[in-house]
Amino acid sequence: MPYNETVANLGLEDYKYHFITKDKPVFKAQRGLSEEVVRQISAHKEEPEWMLKFRLKALEIYRSKPMPTWGGDLSQLESVLDDIYYYVKPADRMQYSWDDVPPEIKETFERLGIPEAERRVLAGVGAQYESEMVYHSLKKEWEEKGIIFESIENGLKLYPDLFREYFGTVVPPGDNKFSALNSAVWSGGSFVYIPKGVKVEIPLQAYFRVNTEQLGQFERTLIIADEDSYAHYIEGCTAPIYSTDSFHSGVIEIIVKRGARFRYTTIQNWSKNMYNLVTQRALVHEDAHMEWVDGNLGSKLTMKYPSCYLVGKGAHGQILSIGYAGDGQHQDTGGKVVHAAPYTTSQVISKSISKGTGRASYRGLVKVYEGAKHAKSNVECDALLLNDVSRTDTFPYIEIEEHTANVGHEASVSKIGEEQLFYLMSRGLSEDEAAAMIVRGFIEPIAKELPLEYAVELNRLIELEMEGSVG
Amino acid sequence: MSEPLLKISDLHAVIAEEGTEILKGVDLELRAGEVHAIMGPNGSGKSTLAKVLSGHPGYEVTQGSVLYRGEDLLAMEPDERARAGVFLAFQYPMEIPGVSIANFLRVAMQARNPEEELDIFDFQEKLLERMQLLEMDPSFAERAVNDGFSGGEKKRNEILQMAMLEPALAVMDETDSGLDIDALKIVANGVNKLHEERPEMTVLMITHYQRLLNYIKPQFVHVMANGRIVETGGPELALRLEESGYELYRGEPAASV
Repeated sequence: MPYNETVANLGLEDYKYHFITKDKPVFKAQRGLSEEVVRQISAHKEEPEWMLKFRLKALEIYRSKPMPTWGGDLSQLESVLDDIYYYVKPADRMQYSWDDVPPEIKETFERLGIPEAERRVLAGVGAQYESEMVYHSLKKEWEEKGIIFESIENGLKLYPDLFREYFGTVVPPGDNKFSALNSAVWSGGSFVYIPKGVKVEIPLQAYFRVNTEQLGQFERTLIIADEDSYAHYIEGCTAPIYSTDSFHSGVIEIIVKRGARFRYTTIQNWSKNMYNLVTQRALVHEDAHMEWVDGNLGSKLTMKYPSCYLVGKGAHGQILSIGYAGDGQHQDTGGKVVHAAPYTTSQVISKSISKGTGRASYRGLVKVYEGAKHAKSNVECDALLLNDVSRTDTFPYIEIEEHTANVGHEASVSKIGEEQLFYLMSRGLSEDEAAAMIVRGFIEPIAKELPLEYAVELNRLIELEMEGSVG
Repeated sequence: MSEPLLKISDLHAVIAEEGTEILKGVDLELRAGEVHAIMGPNGSGKSTLAKVLSGHPGYEVTQGSVLYRGEDLLAMEPDERARAGVFLAFQYPMEIPGVSIANFLRVAMQARNPEEELDIFDFQEKLLERMQLLEMDPSFAERAVNDGFSGGEKKRNEILQMAMLEPALAVMDETDSGLDIDALKIVANGVNKLHEERPEMTVLMITHYQRLLNYIKPQFVHVMANGRIVETGGPELALRLEESGYELYRGEPAASV
């Protein structure tokens, strides 16, 4: 029985941070991280021994690593990390009422035309979204083809061998401090397997199964696209996700096998109190294609660099990234590509927009190992500054060890020109409408890769953000 | 005698940043349906007049008034003026990367009628028809506004916008500059056709050379020099200027730009 149904069936009514049942020992959730918390998590999920060991080892690694000194300002993060609940059973998630949700969030829902039921889930007030029904009917279709799309917990339970073969192989716990943290306390996320030769036409949406657990702090996703398969996975949404949680650290591992094609799209609009630190990485095998489409609109600080490790001959990796930083926000995003095989190709397009005191940066790596003959890579990073105080930075790291490699990098910075604005206004657009149009045009090369409903929402969101922004 | 559509009285304007006076007392009246041309040497302020009428932020009016349909045009923001029916075909149209012509026009047209949802099918039909009129390949509709366009293509795009937005007052700022004879004919044909369909549209052409006026016949020709309109006549005035040039009007030193 799926994990969350088990919990729901316990018939808990007491929505406080601890509960007592007749059969189980008392679990008292506590602030801060400790070995006990990690053991609780594993026990509660009824995990096999190896996973508990994995978590504990990761905890050790997490503790041994220092806080990064690059990227965004993490100085406040220490105290946040000491204070948060690392594990809260989904049914016990703090229930605040719709009235507690900030008015700006509610207004955005309104402006984006988000359906009533969805709003509550996104605001953390509702438990489940009706698209659960959509999920169930699609699920049958998928099962027939051998497609697996489960929660990560179910992935471990139902497909232990497959799971174990790949889990932690793309992003090992030791990779960085936050992958270690995630490896210790992960909860919620997706497990996806696309069988050989199967092409999935309808995008798989994490959204189908959205519930409060899905919006958890330490989600972990593992995706295996077997040879010659095709699928598109979409995570997140443009609507603001309101959470009293202030820290989100996810890990996404993707294996794209020979000849397969996979696209992973994220649009994140976390509330502006969030630290959003995510490790996303794909291992791309021979003649396989991997595409990351990454939209970062929310959060207080996002540090995220979707990566493609091109390990097979002829592998191709593409990263399309949009970062929007409004007042007080810092988007430190970009992508990493590692060419570790000959005839591999990569393309990175990054568009950042800074408004008010916002800071949107591009941080990227292109690494070509010796022997990756005739590797080709092109990076284009463009920044748009909307105000005199807006800020953008570019940190491109390029490490080439192979002399037959062909690597290009272009960067541009622009602001909304007065002449451009006037031109549009002279056709009847208000100043805000004109600015919004220019911004939409700026991100168009990436926005056109989004599924239609996301593109529409993204456009509306930009209009909203652009109000009163010029000057 | 009908009320003038546009009445410019003693208009003085300076370059906003530095204060140099360009318009030194322009007087002009335009009535609905009339076709006017303003000619003059470089630095006479012709283009500045066009820009001031549309509300360009680079210029500041220091004296005088402009009444559009009896209302104070200068008190209106550029977008308000546009929605009221004033259209400027730019001399140097701007590029808007990532925004298709179709999308841009649709938004502009919706802006004029915010209450009513624009019918997308009517819009498409009209757009295609207008593009045909201007001998523009339909694929242009999907291209980003002026992005990578040749000079001629940009100017034709200006007239396309005019054709779609159907202004009451169409000001053409040196539309003929940089156009070869074929492109010129297409543009002129487009404007004439528009005027035929909508005889109430007023056209004000700003031009340095007489050539355009062979194809779009003006009723009134004005000569502008040193920031003022110094002579007004009929089409024959243009021909005379063609022959004798602007020598006659070099009195005071031209306004330095």
